[in-house]
Amino acid sequence: MQSKPTSKGLLRRFSALMQGSRSKYLGSMFAVLVAVLVSFVTPLLFAGTVDAVSNVLSGTPSVSVNLPQPFRAFYDARGGEAYLAAHIVSVAGILILINLIGGLFQYLRGKWSAEASEMIAERMRNRLYAHLLSMDFAYHAKAETGDLIQRCTLDVETVRRFLASQVSEVFRTVVMIVMALTLMSRIHVGLTLISLILIPPLFGLALWFFHWVQKLFAEADEADGKLSAMLQESLTGVRVVRAFARQQYESERFGQRIDDVHDKSVRVSKVMAVYWSCSDMLSMLQTGLTLIFGIRFALRGEISTGDVLVFVSYISMLIWPIRQLGRILSDFGKCKVSLGRIYDILDAPSETDTHGASPADLYQDIEFRNVSFGYDAEKPVLKNVSFRVKAGQTVAILGATGSGKSSMMHLLQRLFEPTDGEIRIGDRPLYTIDKKYLRTRVGYVMQEPFLYSRSIRDNIAITQPNALMADVERIADVTASSEFIGEFEKGYDTMVGERGVTLSGGQKQRVAIARTLLRQNDILILDDSLSAVDTETDRAIRMALVKEREHGGRTPTTFIISHRITTLADADLILVLEDGGIRQMGTHSQLIHTPGLYSRVYRIQTALEDELQRETA
Amino acid sequence: MQQQQEVDFTQKLDAGLWRRLIGYMKPYHKHLFAIMGTMAVSAVCDTLFPLMTREAIDRFMLDGAGAGVGLFALRYLLIVLTQSLCIFAFCHLCGRAECGINRHIRALCFRRLQELSFSYYDTMPVGFIISSITSDTARLGETVAWGLVDLFWSGCYIIITAATMLMLHVQMALLVLAVMPVIAVVAVWFQMRILAGYRIVRKTNSQITGAYNEGIMGAKTTKTLVREEANCREFAELAGTMRFASIRAAVLSALFLPIVTSLGAIATALVLWKGGSEVYAMTGSVTIGTLAAFISNATGIFEPISNIARIFADLQATQAAAERVVSTLETEPEIWDTPEVVEQFGDSFQPKKENWPEIKGDVTFSHVSFHYNTSEEVLHDFSLEVKAGQTVALVGETGSGKSTIVNLICRFYEPTAGEIRIDGVDTRKRSMLWLQSHLGYVLQQPHLFSGTVRENIRFGRLDATDEEIERAAKMVDADGFIRTLEHGYDTQVGEGGNRLSTGQKQLISFARAIIADPAIFILDEATSSVDTETEQKLQTAIATALRGRTSFIIAHRLSTIRNADMILVIRDGKIVEQGSHKSLLKQRGYYYRLYVNQFREEGERATFEQAANA
Repeated sequence: MQSKPTSKGLLRRFSALMQGSRSKYLGSMFAVLVAVLVSFVTPLLFAGTVDAVSNVLSGTPSVSVNLPQPFRAFYDARGGEAYLAAHIVSVAGILILINLIGGLFQYLRGKWSAEASEMIAERMRNRLYAHLLSMDFAYHAKAETGDLIQRCTLDVETVRRFLASQVSEVFRTVVMIVMALTLMSRIHVGLTLISLILIPPLFGLALWFFHWVQKLFAEADEADGKLSAMLQESLTGVRVVRAFARQQYESERFGQRIDDVHDKSVRVSKVMAVYWSCSDMLSMLQTGLTLIFGIRFALRGEISTGDVLVFVSYISMLIWPIRQLGRILSDFGKCKVSLGRIYDILDAPSETDTHGASPADLYQDIEFRNVSFGYDAEKPVLKNVSFRVKAGQTVAILGATGSGKSSMMHLLQRLFEPTDGEIRIGDRPLYTIDKKYLRTRVGYVMQEPFLYSRSIRDNIAITQPNALMADVERIADVTASSEFIGEFEKGYDTMVGERGVTLSGGQKQRVAIARTLLRQNDILILDDSLSAVDTETDRAIRMALVKEREHGGRTPTTFIISHRITTLADADLILVLEDGGIRQMGTHSQLIHTPGLYSRVYRIQTALEDELQRETA
Repeated sequence: MQQQQEVDFTQKLDAGLWRRLIGYMKPYHKHLFAIMGTMAVSAVCDTLFPLMTREAIDRFMLDGAGAGVGLFALRYLLIVLTQSLCIFAFCHLCGRAECGINRHIRALCFRRLQELSFSYYDTMPVGFIISSITSDTARLGETVAWGLVDLFWSGCYIIITAATMLMLHVQMALLVLAVMPVIAVVAVWFQMRILAGYRIVRKTNSQITGAYNEGIMGAKTTKTLVREEANCREFAELAGTMRFASIRAAVLSALFLPIVTSLGAIATALVLWKGGSEVYAMTGSVTIGTLAAFISNATGIFEPISNIARIFADLQATQAAAERVVSTLETEPEIWDTPEVVEQFGDSFQPKKENWPEIKGDVTFSHVSFHYNTSEEVLHDFSLEVKAGQTVALVGETGSGKSTIVNLICRFYEPTAGEIRIDGVDTRKRSMLWLQSHLGYVLQQPHLFSGTVRENIRFGRLDATDEEIERAAKMVDADGFIRTLEHGYDTQVGEGGNRLSTGQKQLISFARAIIADPAIFILDEATSSVDTETEQKLQTAIATALRGRTSFIIAHRLSTIRNADMILVIRDGKIVEQGSHKSLLKQRGYYYRLYVNQFREEGERATFEQAANA
């Protein structure tokens, strides 16, 4: 896997992700600014009113009201506090008005940041998906599905959440602190200092706590994971449990697991209880300090009653975001890790094609010239393989597991490239032929085929989405699939996979052959793809294939891997692979008279037939 | 699974369901009451703070009198300490209650699952059950413990605050209270829609997970079929839906808060206007401190209201989870031992082994008919006599219903008519545990449990000594490979035994079955191919297991079939032929065809290995 990104690289990546949604993002920041401003004005309005009324009552109204601009100018022009106290309804009006404006911007902030972050998330998801598909065969042969899916879903979600709410939350908190500091220190520096005295420990506590509690959470999660695993095992094995009458035993094992989860979670909640009560206490004490010292300063006449109320409001407004800030900053690490995990995928190289590769006529003789191949240089899987087939001929391949049969076929679709030697189709070296073109003309059916979770019809027509139903049905007949499809209640509309029926190995193989045959192929590879159907069906399918060819006129050059002699016998050329090399080559009649693997398998299988004849006679 | 979980969302809040559920939480009722008590105190403290501010203004700042500030500060400190203590107490209690309720409900569910019949497992996917026991119960614990806290606190706070306001000034209080119902309606309306919106988001999200899963699992196929672009196009559509749904939900939530704040601002403005004018008019009924307290009450009372709305919406969203859990708890097993049987032999959790009779192993099917739930009859008036020690092979194609007979013998299901007798006694007159304790059972796909090899074999007989375990392993020729493992018998087999090969798992499951020395042996033979050496060991294991035991085998191997005392041929769930190997071959019927096919298949597989290794 890749190395961890540096902070600078991280910033660049963030800004790359924001491409196209930056204006929305900036817009939401601006909206935050306005919303915060409004929330700070509201207490000032109360304070100005309180001061005006109390001054009027004590007979000392000022000509200038205790309000921020432009409200001050508005009231001062009309007679200051005396006017305000007589027209409180105007303050109420202002209050409603600015709150509506604030609400509007609060809404815009939410809307814009959602739009921006969802756009980013969508782009990440699409890029990840496309990139995963663009990776070469080797990557997928080694890929760990669960881990990749987690990166594409949970990690994307972590980054999205960070961008959607946490970034603007940090911004909002900073804006609030700056604004509060400015406004408060203009009123009274001493009280400002006192009002902020418990903030640093509060912030520190939050930061430390959330960082630390993550470990406890992780332990509780792990216990949860073990519980699920135990359940999974016990419930899938319910037959074993019952057959051995182990209900009591399983209940005890389950009891241990839930006790473990219980204890770990209780520990988390205990720590949480300590944290919440401590930090709430600090918050309340802070408000109390501000109030009590506010009283002292007010008694000394250094500050007005209204101003004390402003301080108290500001402090209670600030405390919660600051506590959240601790949490967000400790989450920041998680986002960084997630982004790194996402870029591990995006930074992995995609499959590339030879420069200047182009389509070519593939219905030509195929030649392997001293081809060698290995997944790593030390252990070659194919050694010096050479043979030649004419266009339209059938090649059968016999070999034990690990003899290199499938690897040889992978080379034909350029899923891997030979490490040495050359494959030629006609006079064109294979590596000069465009990969995508090649793969659309070389039909490859694997032993354990993958079907998509959609209807059987769509699975067959996956190579030709516009295929006529009649063609789909015809090809299902050819591959002996129509019988079992007909048995399903919904026939061709039966859903396959997770949301539908589970097909047997043999049924999957037949559908996979059907989908490959629906398309025109110049070369056809059946990689042990009839292994899970019985001998008779195997024969029937091959017969139908021959007929199909006669219909269509042209026979694709066909490669069949199998260990059934009956399947291999009709081929124009039989290759016997042992240990990555071609040990024998020839036709059926040649090979049965040559000592070697082919004749051994032939003799045993014939002997078995004889035994069967005897027994059932 | 997520999908299944999200679909069934009921509209109406079902109070009866919740009451029943809370009934199941009985051991935690005292916690819940304690939490409510703490919350009431906490709500009182919360309403005291504005009153303290009022006093500060009226008594000290406006009068200019400094006497008593120290005492005031002390009182303030006292409230802070009480409140902190309350917060600690309810956090702690809630955490306790949440975790405890989780554990309790999970234990109840699991116990019920141990009692439920197989017909339950046939209709419930395991993933569904697991998510019900893990996430549903977790959600319930959380909702009940924390939802209750919030609900009770909010209720107390609203009532106390309203009372305080009414005492301070009736007219102003009514102004604030007039806005309350509006906010309540708005809050409920929004919360319902926000929750519904996020449900769609979650659903789409699980589709996206599915799409990634298919994309990655099928990547190789996609490559060979050159389907990359089409797949990306389809995915992009899904990702677009996701963005649309997420923005919709987010915009709704973004709209909700400002609306509530604005409504709150209207209430506050009304108070400011009315109260301020009263102060100005010097009627004496309102002081500046009262005004300040009112303003802070007016702002504070709206949060609990939207809180309550959220809790109700939450309850409704959690209702589906509650329904699933309650339905698990209240599903009755279809197969039960009668009270008389339990009385005599005990149940699955407290067996009375001292009363258990010896077992010989004669098995009789007497006029047995059977059908699975709602499907057609698969056995009709079937009778069969198996003497102790005999071997019966069940033969048929995959999915033809060979396991029915086995299910009936194990009493995983019961006949719909007729009876199954063991040693001449109807199985229903003995306890299930008695029968199942005398069964040896080896599955086609051997199922092992995480733990060591030794623990897995001991699963067959919990009091087996180490020597006995090793002897059992030797009997099935498993001892050899076990000793080559890294830690021998103490090697961890991994989840589901996945660190071992299929053949190894099979051998261990044979050892596990015979260590209990069962009178009746059930074997579902594996079809999967193993290497020649393991195959030979398996043959030994089978021979050992069958010796001297009444055996029922779902057979795939020719040798097993040929050696059976009796063969039952099953097609489409029904027994179509019955007899010995020789007589069945002579009939040239269905068995003959099956046998020929089987012979070829096995021949090909085995001989190829043989030839390649020669």
